[in-house]
Amino acid sequence: MIDTTAYAVFGLATAVAVWAAWKTIRHTRISDGMFYAISAVEIGTLLLLVVGIAGLSATKRDVEGTLLVSYLATLVLVPPITLVWGVAEKSRWGTGVVLIGMWTVAIMAIRVLQVWHG
Amino acid sequence: MAEPHHRPQHGLQHGFGRVVVAIYAVFALSASARSLYQLATKASEAPIAYALSALAGVIYILATVALATNRRRLAAATISFELLGVLVVGLLTRVDAALFPDATVWSDFGVGYGFVPLVLPFVGLAWVLKSRR
Repeated sequence: MIDTTAYAVFGLATAVAVWAAWKTIRHTRISDGMFYAISAVEIGTLLLLVVGIAGLSATKRDVEGTLLVSYLATLVLVPPITLVWGVAEKSRWGTGVVLIGMWTVAIMAIRVLQVWHG
Repeated sequence: MAEPHHRPQHGLQHGFGRVVVAIYAVFALSASARSLYQLATKASEAPIAYALSALAGVIYILATVALATNRRRLAAATISFELLGVLVVGLLTRVDAALFPDATVWSDFGVGYGFVPLVLPFVGLAWVLKSRR
């Protein structure tokens, strides 16, 4: 369950990052569509937080729980901060910020899996 | 209503600087979170490496704040220190691996972070110089 959700978050965030890179190259600001895409990533990270904590409490394996939960909790904060910092920029670099934020989400989702599997 | 859409804004935190601040924020978070975790769970294993992680975290936080609030001199100072840090630590980890039993952001010139720690100070300094009015 954690694997599926983490890979979904990774895939979605990567897709939005590629889209944002394209928009940065094309000198485009953050659009409504991109706002919804970032919101979808946020829902994914919230889901991963729930699934992750549930998985952690159910497992008998020795997982670094504090580390895992810190990653999951931080992950939830990245999309909103990305949006706040990116939307205020009225040039192409607004989408540049989205690229960095979504890239960060993708890498952190993989780190979650590394911590989860030990 | 008279305000045009693309009024160019000046300052370190606008334009391309928006992206620079975002990248520095990511490193401020990851370096300081990493060191907090290392110091809290296994401080005695590699005290030099963990103290260095903490120092790197503080430098990234200061650089992020300086860039985001348009403090040019603080930005130049912290980013120069960052450049020095990644070069010295990168070199030391290559020369004598025993000095650092556990990795930091700056180990092996930031290889664990896709060499971004090595490239970032050059981008940061270039931005501080270029955006000078």
